[in-house]
Amino acid sequence: MKYDLAIIGGGPSGASAAIEASSLGLKTIVIDEQAQAGGQFWRAKNSSIKQPVLSTESAAGNDLRDTLGASSAEFLHSTRVWHLHRVGDGFQLSIIGPNGSQTIDTSSLALAGGALERVFPVPGWTLPGVIGLGAATALMKEHVMLPGQRVVVAGVGPLLFFVAHEILKNGGRVVGVVDLNPLGDWLRRFPNMLSRPDLLMRGVGWQARLKLRGVPVLHGYGIREIEGESDVEKIHVGRVTDDWAPEGEITHSFNADSLCLGHGLYPASEPARMLGAIHSYDEQQGGWIPQTDSAGRTTVKNLVAIGDGAGIQGAAAAVLRGRLGAIAVAKDMDKVTADVALSRTKELTRQLGSARRFGLAMTSLTVPKTGILKSIAPDTMICRCEGVSRSALEAEIRSGGDMPNALKSATRCGMGPCGGKFCAEVVSLLTCHVTGKTPAELGLSTPRSPLRPVSVGALAGEFDYDDLPIPEPAPQ
Amino acid sequence: MKPGLRRTKGVTRHAPVKFIFDQMELEAPAGESVAAALLANGIRAIRHGPEDGQPRGAFCFIGLCQECLVEIDGNQIESCRVSVRDGLKIGRVRYQKKPSP
Repeated sequence: MKYDLAIIGGGPSGASAAIEASSLGLKTIVIDEQAQAGGQFWRAKNSSIKQPVLSTESAAGNDLRDTLGASSAEFLHSTRVWHLHRVGDGFQLSIIGPNGSQTIDTSSLALAGGALERVFPVPGWTLPGVIGLGAATALMKEHVMLPGQRVVVAGVGPLLFFVAHEILKNGGRVVGVVDLNPLGDWLRRFPNMLSRPDLLMRGVGWQARLKLRGVPVLHGYGIREIEGESDVEKIHVGRVTDDWAPEGEITHSFNADSLCLGHGLYPASEPARMLGAIHSYDEQQGGWIPQTDSAGRTTVKNLVAIGDGAGIQGAAAAVLRGRLGAIAVAKDMDKVTADVALSRTKELTRQLGSARRFGLAMTSLTVPKTGILKSIAPDTMICRCEGVSRSALEAEIRSGGDMPNALKSATRCGMGPCGGKFCAEVVSLLTCHVTGKTPAELGLSTPRSPLRPVSVGALAGEFDYDDLPIPEPAPQ
Repeated sequence: MKPGLRRTKGVTRHAPVKFIFDQMELEAPAGESVAAALLANGIRAIRHGPEDGQPRGAFCFIGLCQECLVEIDGNQIESCRVSVRDGLKIGRVRYQKKPSP
Protein backbone atom coordinates (compact mmCIF):
# COMPACT_ATOMS: atom_id res chain seq x y z
CA MET A 1 0.00 0.00 0.00
CA LYS A 2 1.49 3.28 -1.07
CA TYR A 3 0.78 6.69 0.38
CA ASP A 4 0.59 10.01 -1.47
CA LEU A 5 2.28 11.77 1.41
CA ALA A 6 4.15 10.51 4.43
CA ILE A 7 5.06 13.03 7.11
CA ILE A 8 7.83 12.41 9.61
CA GLY A 9 6.88 14.27 12.78
CA GLY A 10 3.43 15.13 14.08
CA GLY A 11 4.16 18.44 15.76
CA PRO A 12 2.91 21.92 14.83
CA SER A 13 4.14 21.67 11.23
CA GLY A 14 3.65 17.93 10.62
CA ALA A 15 0.16 17.66 12.07
CA SER A 16 -0.91 20.84 10.27
CA ALA A 17 0.46 19.47 7.01
CA ALA A 18 -1.41 16.21 7.54
CA ILE A 19 -4.71 17.99 8.15
CA GLU A 20 -4.23 20.16 5.06
CA ALA A 21 -3.05 17.33 2.81
CA SER A 22 -5.81 14.93 3.77
CA SER A 23 -8.40 17.69 3.27
CA LEU A 24 -7.08 18.05 -0.28
CA GLY A 25 -7.59 14.36 -0.94
CA LEU A 26 -4.08 13.03 -0.41
CA LYS A 27 -3.66 9.60 1.18
CA THR A 28 -1.60 10.74 4.15
CA ILE A 29 0.26 9.14 7.03
CA VAL A 30 2.02 10.84 9.95
CA ILE A 31 4.72 9.08 11.96
CA ASP A 32 5.71 10.45 15.37
CA GLU A 33 8.00 8.97 18.02
CA GLN A 34 6.09 10.52 20.92
CA ALA A 35 2.97 9.01 22.47
CA GLN A 36 0.72 11.70 21.00
CA ALA A 37 0.84 14.35 18.26
CA GLY A 38 1.70 17.94 19.10
CA GLY A 39 5.49 17.87 19.04
CA GLN A 40 7.30 19.59 21.89
CA PHE A 41 5.56 22.93 21.70
CA TRP A 42 2.14 21.31 22.13
CA ARG A 43 3.31 18.26 24.06
CA ALA A 44 0.29 16.34 25.30
CA LYS A 45 -0.45 15.55 28.91
CA ASN A 46 0.72 12.16 30.11
CA SER A 47 -1.96 9.48 30.48
CA SER A 48 -1.41 9.47 34.26
CA ILE A 49 -3.05 12.91 34.39
CA LYS A 50 -6.78 12.61 34.79
CA GLN A 51 -7.62 16.29 35.08
CA PRO A 52 -5.07 18.87 33.95
CA VAL A 53 -4.99 22.64 34.27
CA LEU A 54 -5.95 24.06 30.88
CA SER A 55 -4.27 27.02 29.26
CA THR A 56 -4.81 28.69 25.88
CA GLU A 57 -1.64 26.98 24.73
CA SER A 58 -2.65 23.48 25.82
CA ALA A 59 -6.12 24.06 24.37
CA ALA A 60 -4.54 24.85 20.99
CA GLY A 61 -2.56 21.61 21.20
CA ASN A 62 -5.68 19.63 22.04
CA ASP A 63 -7.47 21.25 19.08
CA LEU A 64 -4.69 20.19 16.76
CA ARG A 65 -4.80 16.61 18.05
CA ASP A 66 -8.60 16.51 17.74
CA THR A 67 -8.53 17.88 14.19
CA LEU A 68 -5.81 15.43 13.19
CA GLY A 69 -7.78 12.58 14.72
CA ALA A 70 -10.91 13.62 12.86
CA SER A 71 -9.08 13.88 9.54
CA SER A 72 -8.54 10.99 7.16
CA ALA A 73 -4.78 11.06 7.80
CA GLU A 74 -3.36 7.98 9.51
CA PHE A 75 -1.29 8.60 12.61
CA LEU A 76 1.35 6.23 13.98
CA HIS A 77 2.41 7.18 17.50
CA SER A 78 5.47 5.97 19.46
CA THR A 79 6.97 5.02 16.10
CA ARG A 80 10.47 5.81 14.95
CA VAL A 81 11.86 6.19 11.45
CA TRP A 82 15.30 4.65 11.65
CA HIS A 83 16.17 4.61 7.96
CA LEU A 84 14.91 6.20 4.74
CA HIS A 85 15.93 6.16 1.12
CA ARG A 86 14.67 7.17 -2.31
CA VAL A 87 12.91 4.63 -4.47
CA GLY A 88 12.53 6.07 -7.95
CA ASP A 89 10.84 9.44 -7.46
CA GLY A 90 9.33 8.28 -4.16
CA PHE A 91 10.62 7.18 -0.78
CA GLN A 92 10.71 4.18 1.51
CA LEU A 93 10.81 4.58 5.26
CA SER A 94 11.93 1.88 7.69
CA ILE A 95 9.93 2.28 10.86
CA ILE A 96 9.71 0.59 14.24
CA GLY A 97 6.93 1.00 16.74
CA PRO A 98 4.36 -0.76 18.91
CA ASN A 99 3.42 -2.99 15.95
CA GLY A 100 6.96 -4.09 15.29
CA SER A 101 9.09 -3.14 12.32
CA GLN A 102 7.82 -2.43 8.80
CA THR A 103 8.42 -0.26 5.75
CA ILE A 104 6.28 2.58 4.40
CA ASP A 105 6.24 3.50 0.71
CA THR A 106 5.24 6.99 -0.31
CA SER A 107 5.21 9.20 -3.40
CA SER A 108 5.97 12.37 -1.49
CA LEU A 109 7.65 12.96 1.84
CA ALA A 110 7.44 15.86 4.28
CA LEU A 111 10.14 16.16 6.91
CA ALA A 112 8.73 17.74 10.06
CA GLY A 113 11.13 16.37 12.66
CA GLY A 114 11.61 19.72 14.33
CA ALA A 115 14.58 20.91 16.29
CA LEU A 116 17.18 19.59 18.71
CA GLU A 117 18.45 21.25 21.89
CA ARG A 118 21.79 22.97 21.82
CA VAL A 119 23.48 22.67 25.23
CA PHE A 120 27.05 23.86 25.62
CA PRO A 121 28.97 21.86 28.23
CA VAL A 122 30.26 23.30 31.47
CA PRO A 123 32.18 21.54 34.27
CA GLY A 124 29.77 19.24 36.12
CA TRP A 125 27.09 19.25 33.40
CA THR A 126 26.77 15.44 33.36
CA LEU A 127 25.60 15.35 37.00
CA PRO A 128 22.10 13.99 37.48
CA GLY A 129 19.83 16.99 37.99
CA VAL A 130 21.17 18.94 35.00
CA ILE A 131 18.61 18.86 32.20
CA GLY A 132 18.01 20.87 29.05
CA LEU A 133 15.60 23.79 28.82
CA GLY A 134 13.58 21.76 26.30
CA ALA A 135 13.72 18.84 28.72
CA ALA A 136 12.29 20.98 31.52
CA THR A 137 9.59 22.14 29.11
CA ALA A 138 8.72 18.55 28.17
CA LEU A 139 8.68 17.42 31.81
CA MET A 140 6.37 20.22 32.87
CA LYS A 141 4.10 20.10 29.83
CA GLU A 142 3.67 16.34 29.83
CA HIS A 143 3.91 15.41 33.50
CA VAL A 144 3.11 18.73 35.24
CA MET A 145 6.14 17.92 37.37
CA LEU A 146 8.91 20.20 38.59
CA PRO A 147 12.54 19.39 37.73
CA GLY A 148 13.62 20.12 41.31
CA GLN A 149 12.84 21.91 44.56
CA ARG A 150 15.38 24.71 44.06
CA VAL A 151 15.95 25.34 40.36
CA VAL A 152 18.47 27.47 38.51
CA VAL A 153 17.46 28.25 34.93
CA ALA A 154 20.34 29.22 32.63
CA GLY A 155 21.41 29.77 29.05
CA VAL A 156 19.89 31.94 26.36
CA GLY A 157 16.73 32.50 24.40
CA PRO A 158 13.02 32.62 25.02
CA LEU A 159 12.88 29.15 26.58
CA LEU A 160 14.88 30.56 29.49
CA PHE A 161 11.98 32.72 30.60
CA PHE A 162 9.30 30.27 29.60
CA VAL A 163 10.84 27.58 31.82
CA ALA A 164 11.41 29.93 34.77
CA HIS A 165 7.84 31.14 34.54
CA GLU A 166 6.44 27.65 34.17
CA ILE A 167 8.28 26.50 37.31
CA LEU A 168 6.70 29.34 39.28
CA LYS A 169 3.30 28.60 37.77
CA ASN A 170 3.60 24.98 38.89
CA GLY A 171 4.38 26.01 42.45
CA GLY A 172 8.15 25.60 42.27
CA ARG A 173 11.04 27.77 43.37
CA VAL A 174 13.39 29.46 40.90
CA VAL A 175 16.59 30.31 42.73
CA GLY A 176 17.96 32.34 39.84
CA VAL A 177 17.73 32.97 36.11
CA VAL A 178 21.14 33.23 34.46
CA ASP A 179 21.03 34.74 30.98
CA LEU A 180 24.20 34.98 28.89
CA ASN A 181 22.70 37.87 26.94
CA PRO A 182 22.63 41.40 28.31
CA LEU A 183 19.19 42.94 28.79
CA GLY A 184 19.90 45.27 25.87
CA ASP A 185 19.81 42.28 23.49
CA TRP A 186 16.17 41.69 24.39
CA LEU A 187 15.25 45.38 24.12
CA ARG A 188 16.85 45.62 20.67
CA ARG A 189 14.48 42.93 19.40
CA PHE A 190 11.41 44.76 20.59
CA PRO A 191 10.48 46.15 17.13
CA ASN A 192 10.51 42.65 15.59
CA MET A 193 8.55 41.24 18.49
CA LEU A 194 5.82 43.78 17.75
CA SER A 195 4.92 41.76 14.65
CA ARG A 196 3.20 39.35 17.03
CA PRO A 197 1.88 41.47 19.92
CA ASP A 198 0.20 38.43 21.49
CA LEU A 199 3.50 36.60 21.81
CA LEU A 200 5.27 39.75 22.95
CA MET A 201 2.74 40.31 25.76
CA ARG A 202 3.14 36.70 26.84
CA GLY A 203 6.92 37.21 27.14
CA VAL A 204 6.46 40.48 29.02
CA GLY A 205 4.11 38.64 31.36
CA TRP A 206 6.78 36.03 32.08
CA GLN A 207 9.37 38.67 32.96
CA ALA A 208 6.89 40.56 35.13
CA ARG A 209 5.93 37.49 37.14
CA LEU A 210 9.58 36.69 37.80
CA LYS A 211 10.19 40.23 38.97
CA LEU A 212 7.10 40.24 41.21
CA ARG A 213 8.22 37.02 42.85
CA GLY A 214 11.66 38.44 43.53
CA VAL A 215 13.50 35.90 41.42
CA PRO A 216 17.07 37.10 40.74
CA VAL A 217 17.43 37.54 36.99
CA LEU A 218 21.05 37.94 35.96
CA HIS A 219 21.62 39.25 32.43
CA GLY A 220 25.16 38.93 31.14
CA TYR A 221 26.03 36.01 33.41
CA GLY A 222 26.90 32.37 32.81
CA ILE A 223 27.41 29.08 34.62
CA ARG A 224 30.98 28.48 35.78
CA GLU A 225 30.68 25.12 37.48
CA ILE A 226 28.10 22.66 38.75
CA GLU A 227 29.06 21.03 42.03
CA GLY A 228 27.71 17.86 43.60
CA GLU A 229 28.59 14.39 44.82
CA SER A 230 26.12 12.30 42.85
CA ASP A 231 23.72 15.02 41.77
CA VAL A 232 23.38 18.80 41.62
CA GLU A 233 24.08 20.57 44.91
CA LYS A 234 25.63 23.95 44.12
CA ILE A 235 25.79 26.11 41.01
CA HIS A 236 28.53 28.69 40.58
CA VAL A 237 27.82 31.72 38.38
CA GLY A 238 29.87 34.64 37.09
CA ARG A 239 29.79 37.50 34.62
CA VAL A 240 30.35 37.01 30.91
CA THR A 241 31.51 39.35 28.16
CA ASP A 242 29.38 40.25 25.15
CA ASP A 243 31.03 37.27 23.46
CA TRP A 244 29.76 34.97 26.27
CA ALA A 245 33.25 34.44 27.67
CA PRO A 246 33.58 34.14 31.47
CA GLU A 247 35.04 37.29 32.99
CA GLY A 248 36.15 37.80 36.55
CA GLU A 249 35.54 35.78 39.67
CA ILE A 250 32.50 33.76 40.66
CA THR A 251 29.78 36.19 41.78
CA HIS A 252 27.00 33.85 42.91
CA SER A 253 26.92 30.34 44.35
CA PHE A 254 23.38 29.05 44.41
CA ASN A 255 22.31 26.14 46.57
CA ALA A 256 20.19 24.23 44.10
CA ASP A 257 19.10 20.71 43.30
CA SER A 258 18.35 21.31 39.64
CA LEU A 259 19.82 23.18 36.69
CA CYS A 260 17.82 23.70 33.51
CA LEU A 261 20.41 24.64 30.88
CA GLY A 262 20.03 25.40 27.20
CA HIS A 263 21.48 27.54 24.44
CA GLY A 264 18.81 27.51 21.79
CA LEU A 265 17.58 25.06 19.20
CA TYR A 266 19.05 23.84 15.95
CA PRO A 267 17.34 22.05 13.05
CA ALA A 268 17.30 18.23 13.11
CA SER A 269 18.61 17.97 9.57
CA GLU A 270 19.92 14.42 9.44
CA PRO A 271 16.97 12.84 7.54
CA ALA A 272 17.03 15.60 4.90
CA ARG A 273 20.79 15.32 4.47
CA MET A 274 20.55 11.55 4.30
CA LEU A 275 18.23 11.93 1.30
CA GLY A 276 20.70 14.21 -0.42
CA ALA A 277 18.88 17.52 -0.03
CA ILE A 278 21.34 20.38 -0.45
CA HIS A 279 21.86 22.31 2.77
CA SER A 280 23.37 25.67 3.57
CA TYR A 281 24.50 27.23 6.82
CA ASP A 282 22.34 30.05 8.18
CA GLU A 283 23.21 30.96 11.75
CA GLN A 284 20.10 33.13 12.03
CA GLN A 285 17.95 30.03 11.52
CA GLY A 286 19.88 27.79 13.89
CA GLY A 287 22.55 26.47 11.53
CA TRP A 288 22.37 23.92 8.72
CA ILE A 289 19.05 24.08 6.88
CA PRO A 290 17.85 22.54 3.62
CA GLN A 291 17.66 24.87 0.65
CA THR A 292 13.93 25.31 -0.01
CA ASP A 293 11.56 27.44 -2.00
CA SER A 294 8.85 29.48 -0.25
CA ALA A 295 6.65 26.38 0.15
CA GLY A 296 9.37 24.13 1.58
CA ARG A 297 10.29 22.16 -1.54
CA THR A 298 13.88 20.94 -1.16
CA THR A 299 16.35 20.22 -3.96
CA VAL A 300 15.12 16.61 -3.91
CA LYS A 301 12.03 15.94 -6.00
CA ASN A 302 8.85 15.28 -3.99
CA LEU A 303 10.61 16.13 -0.72
CA VAL A 304 9.45 19.08 1.40
CA ALA A 305 10.95 20.28 4.65
CA ILE A 306 8.68 22.15 7.03
CA GLY A 307 8.76 23.55 10.55
CA ASP A 308 11.80 24.07 12.75
CA GLY A 309 13.63 21.22 11.02
CA ALA A 310 13.96 23.57 8.06
CA GLY A 311 15.05 26.58 10.11
CA ILE A 312 14.16 27.72 13.64
CA GLN A 313 11.28 30.10 13.03
CA GLY A 314 9.07 29.03 15.91
CA ALA A 315 5.80 27.20 16.39
CA ALA A 316 3.48 29.84 14.95
CA ALA A 317 5.45 29.84 11.70
CA ALA A 318 5.62 26.03 11.76
CA VAL A 319 1.86 25.63 11.51
CA LEU A 320 1.77 27.86 8.44
CA ARG A 321 4.81 26.23 6.83
CA GLY A 322 3.20 22.84 7.32
CA ARG A 323 0.05 23.90 5.52
CA LEU A 324 2.00 25.59 2.71
CA GLY A 325 4.12 22.48 2.25
CA ALA A 326 1.04 20.26 2.03
CA ILE A 327 -0.55 22.51 -0.58
CA ALA A 328 2.66 22.44 -2.62
CA VAL A 329 2.73 18.63 -2.53
CA ALA A 330 -0.93 18.48 -3.54
CA LYS A 331 -0.31 20.85 -6.43
CA ASP A 332 2.75 18.88 -7.61
CA MET A 333 0.65 15.70 -7.54
CA ASP A 334 -2.12 17.46 -9.52
CA LYS A 335 -4.60 16.99 -6.69
CA VAL A 336 -5.40 20.72 -6.76
CA THR A 337 -5.27 23.26 -9.56
CA ALA A 338 -2.74 26.05 -9.53
CA ASP A 339 -5.60 28.54 -8.88
CA VAL A 340 -6.88 26.74 -5.81
CA ALA A 341 -3.34 26.34 -4.52
CA LEU A 342 -2.67 30.05 -5.00
CA SER A 343 -5.82 31.20 -3.26
CA ARG A 344 -5.08 28.94 -0.29
CA THR A 345 -1.47 30.03 0.03
CA LYS A 346 -1.99 33.78 -0.25
CA GLU A 347 -3.33 34.36 3.26
CA LEU A 348 -1.03 31.74 4.80
CA THR A 349 2.01 33.43 3.28
CA ARG A 350 0.90 36.80 4.62
CA GLN A 351 0.53 35.40 8.16
CA LEU A 352 3.83 33.61 7.86
CA GLY A 353 5.64 36.91 7.38
CA SER A 354 4.73 38.23 10.83
CA ALA A 355 5.04 34.85 12.57
CA ARG A 356 8.47 34.31 11.09
CA ARG A 357 9.67 37.80 12.04
CA PHE A 358 8.94 37.09 15.70
CA GLY A 359 10.38 33.57 15.61
CA LEU A 360 13.61 34.65 13.95
CA ALA A 361 14.05 37.49 16.45
CA MET A 362 13.96 34.88 19.22
CA THR A 363 16.37 32.59 17.37
CA SER A 364 18.82 35.47 16.89
CA LEU A 365 19.27 35.59 20.67
CA THR A 366 20.70 32.07 20.53
CA VAL A 367 23.32 32.41 17.79
CA PRO A 368 26.36 30.80 19.46
CA LYS A 369 29.19 33.10 20.51
CA THR A 370 32.70 31.68 20.57
CA GLY A 371 33.54 33.03 24.02
CA ILE A 372 31.43 30.29 25.57
CA LEU A 373 34.20 27.83 24.71
CA LYS A 374 36.19 29.44 27.52
CA SER A 375 33.63 27.98 29.96
CA ILE A 376 34.57 24.46 28.90
CA ALA A 377 37.53 23.10 30.87
CA PRO A 378 39.98 20.67 29.21
CA ASP A 379 38.63 17.73 31.19
CA THR A 380 34.97 18.65 30.67
CA MET A 381 33.15 15.91 28.81
CA ILE A 382 31.92 16.96 25.37
CA CYS A 383 30.61 13.64 24.08
CA ARG A 384 28.47 12.27 26.89
CA CYS A 385 27.83 8.94 25.17
CA GLU A 386 31.46 8.01 24.59
CA GLY A 387 33.07 10.03 27.37
CA VAL A 388 35.24 12.22 25.11
CA SER A 389 36.74 15.26 26.82
CA ARG A 390 37.54 18.62 25.29
CA SER A 391 41.28 17.99 25.55
CA ALA A 392 40.98 14.69 23.66
CA LEU A 393 39.03 16.39 20.87
CA GLU A 394 41.40 19.34 20.65
CA ALA A 395 44.43 17.06 20.52
CA GLU A 396 42.90 15.22 17.59
CA ILE A 397 41.92 18.42 15.76
CA ARG A 398 45.40 19.87 16.19
CA SER A 399 47.06 16.66 15.04
CA GLY A 400 45.22 16.94 11.72
CA GLY A 401 41.92 15.14 12.35
CA ASP A 402 40.03 18.36 11.85
CA MET A 403 37.34 17.35 9.37
CA PRO A 404 34.09 16.08 10.90
CA ASN A 405 34.32 12.49 9.65
CA ALA A 406 37.98 12.18 10.63
CA LEU A 407 37.35 13.61 14.08
CA LYS A 408 34.42 11.26 14.59
CA SER A 409 36.40 8.21 13.48
CA ALA A 410 39.40 9.02 15.64
CA THR A 411 37.64 9.95 18.88
CA ARG A 412 34.25 8.19 18.61
CA CYS A 413 32.64 11.53 19.38
CA GLY A 414 29.30 11.32 17.62
CA MET A 415 29.31 7.53 17.30
CA GLY A 416 27.50 6.83 20.53
CA PRO A 417 23.84 6.02 21.15
CA CYS A 418 22.60 9.59 20.71
CA GLY A 419 24.09 9.71 17.22
CA GLY A 420 25.90 12.98 17.80
CA LYS A 421 22.74 14.95 18.55
CA PHE A 422 24.11 16.47 21.73
CA CYS A 423 27.76 16.99 20.83
CA ALA A 424 27.40 18.17 17.22
CA GLU A 425 27.00 21.87 18.00
CA VAL A 426 29.87 22.23 20.44
CA VAL A 427 32.17 20.07 18.30
CA SER A 428 31.50 22.34 15.35
CA LEU A 429 32.09 25.51 17.39
CA LEU A 430 35.29 24.08 18.87
CA THR A 431 36.66 22.85 15.54
CA CYS A 432 35.96 26.19 13.86
CA HIS A 433 37.65 28.01 16.71
CA VAL A 434 40.79 25.84 16.52
CA THR A 435 41.05 25.69 12.72
CA GLY A 436 39.76 29.15 11.84
CA LYS A 437 37.19 27.64 9.45
CA THR A 438 33.60 28.82 9.28
CA PRO A 439 30.81 26.32 9.96
CA ALA A 440 29.91 26.48 6.26
CA GLU A 441 33.46 25.48 5.33
CA LEU A 442 33.62 22.76 7.96
CA GLY A 443 30.40 20.95 7.16
CA LEU A 444 29.03 18.03 9.13
CA SER A 445 29.86 14.34 9.42
CA THR A 446 28.09 12.00 7.01
CA PRO A 447 24.56 11.15 8.15
CA ARG A 448 24.30 7.45 9.01
CA SER A 449 21.46 5.06 9.75
CA PRO A 450 20.02 4.21 12.16
CA LEU A 451 18.45 7.60 12.80
CA ARG A 452 17.34 6.23 16.16
CA PRO A 453 18.70 3.33 18.22
CA VAL A 454 17.14 0.04 17.14
CA SER A 455 17.91 -3.38 18.55
CA VAL A 456 18.70 -6.31 16.30
CA GLY A 457 16.02 -8.26 18.14
CA ALA A 458 13.37 -5.67 17.31
CA LEU A 459 14.28 -5.77 13.62
CA ALA A 460 14.56 -9.55 13.47
CA GLY A 461 11.00 -9.94 14.73
CA GLU A 462 9.98 -13.59 14.73
CA PHE A 463 13.30 -14.73 13.31
CA ASP A 464 15.28 -16.91 15.71
CA TYR A 465 18.76 -18.42 15.75
CA ASP A 466 17.18 -21.83 15.12
CA ASP A 467 15.91 -20.45 11.80
CA LEU A 468 19.44 -20.02 10.51
CA PRO A 469 20.01 -22.66 7.79
CA ILE A 470 23.25 -24.16 9.03
CA PRO A 471 24.23 -27.25 7.03
CA GLU A 472 25.18 -30.44 8.82
CA PRO A 473 28.94 -30.96 9.10
CA ALA A 474 30.50 -33.69 7.00
CA PRO A 475 30.73 -37.07 8.79
CA GLN A 476 34.01 -37.63 10.58
CA MET B 1 7.57 17.33 54.95
CA LYS B 2 9.20 18.37 51.71
CA PRO B 3 6.54 18.98 49.04
CA GLY B 4 6.77 16.62 46.08
CA LEU B 5 7.72 17.54 42.54
CA ARG B 6 4.31 16.68 41.10
CA ARG B 7 2.10 19.76 40.91
CA THR B 8 -1.14 18.91 42.64
CA LYS B 9 -3.03 22.23 42.61
CA GLY B 10 -5.79 21.89 40.05
CA VAL B 11 -4.41 18.58 38.77
CA THR B 12 -5.67 15.08 39.45
CA ARG B 13 -3.81 11.92 38.55
CA HIS B 14 -4.71 8.27 38.36
CA ALA B 15 -4.18 6.09 41.41
CA PRO B 16 -0.59 5.08 42.21
CA VAL B 17 0.64 1.61 41.32
CA LYS B 18 3.68 -0.27 42.59
CA PHE B 19 6.73 -0.89 40.43
CA ILE B 20 10.29 -2.04 41.10
CA PHE B 21 13.50 -0.26 40.12
CA ASP B 22 16.79 -1.93 41.01
CA GLN B 23 15.00 -4.03 43.66
CA MET B 24 13.51 -0.92 45.28
CA GLU B 25 9.72 -0.92 45.55
CA LEU B 26 8.35 2.42 44.41
CA GLU B 27 4.99 4.01 43.65
CA ALA B 28 3.75 6.26 40.86
CA PRO B 29 0.48 6.94 39.03
CA ALA B 30 -0.02 4.46 36.19
CA GLY B 31 1.06 5.96 32.87
CA GLU B 32 3.75 8.26 34.22
CA SER B 33 7.07 7.77 32.41
CA VAL B 34 9.58 5.77 34.42
CA ALA B 35 12.09 8.64 34.20
CA ALA B 36 9.55 11.09 35.67
CA ALA B 37 8.41 8.54 38.26
CA LEU B 38 11.99 7.97 39.41
CA LEU B 39 12.54 11.74 39.60
CA ALA B 40 9.41 12.16 41.72
CA ASN B 41 10.68 9.35 43.96
CA GLY B 42 13.96 11.19 44.50
CA ILE B 43 16.01 8.93 42.23
CA ARG B 44 17.98 10.86 39.62
CA ALA B 45 21.10 8.75 39.16
CA ILE B 46 19.68 6.14 36.80
CA ARG B 47 22.90 4.60 35.49
CA HIS B 48 26.61 5.30 35.22
CA GLY B 49 28.55 6.64 32.25
CA PRO B 50 30.24 3.79 30.36
CA GLU B 51 33.61 5.56 30.15
CA ASP B 52 33.85 7.65 33.30
CA GLY B 53 31.75 5.50 35.62
CA GLN B 54 30.05 8.64 36.94
CA PRO B 55 26.34 8.80 37.84
CA ARG B 56 24.02 9.81 34.98
CA GLY B 57 20.36 10.69 34.84
CA ALA B 58 17.68 11.77 32.39
CA PHE B 59 18.87 14.78 30.39
CA CYS B 60 16.52 15.47 27.48
CA PHE B 61 13.29 13.74 28.62
CA ILE B 62 12.16 13.15 25.02
CA GLY B 63 13.95 9.90 24.18
CA LEU B 64 17.01 11.22 22.36
CA CYS B 65 19.99 11.62 24.71
CA GLN B 66 20.04 7.94 25.83
CA GLU B 67 21.15 8.98 29.34
CA CYS B 68 18.04 7.56 31.07
CA LEU B 69 18.51 3.98 29.81
CA VAL B 70 17.14 1.18 31.99
CA GLU B 71 16.87 -2.57 31.58
CA ILE B 72 13.45 -4.19 31.08
CA ASP B 73 13.07 -7.87 30.12
CA GLY B 74 16.70 -8.04 29.11
CA ASN B 75 16.44 -5.04 26.75
CA GLN B 76 17.81 -1.54 27.14
CA ILE B 77 15.20 1.17 26.72
CA GLU B 78 14.91 4.88 27.42
CA SER B 79 13.02 5.18 30.72
CA CYS B 80 11.40 8.40 29.49
CA ARG B 81 9.64 6.30 26.82
CA VAL B 82 8.28 3.61 29.16
CA SER B 83 5.02 3.99 31.10
CA VAL B 84 4.73 2.87 34.70
CA ARG B 85 2.26 0.02 35.15
CA ASP B 86 1.40 -2.18 38.11
CA GLY B 87 4.15 -4.74 38.75
CA LEU B 88 6.65 -3.35 36.22
CA LYS B 89 10.16 -4.59 37.01
CA ILE B 90 13.07 -2.43 35.95
CA GLY B 91 16.79 -3.01 36.36
CA ARG B 92 19.80 -0.76 36.03
CA VAL B 93 21.89 -0.88 32.90
CA ARG B 94 25.37 -2.06 33.83
CA TYR B 95 28.40 -1.96 31.58
CA GLN B 96 31.09 -4.59 31.63
CA LYS B 97 34.47 -3.28 32.61
CA LYS B 98 36.71 -3.03 29.53
CA PRO B 99 39.51 -5.61 29.57
CA SER B 100 42.85 -3.92 30.19
CA PRO B 101 45.24 -3.90 27.18
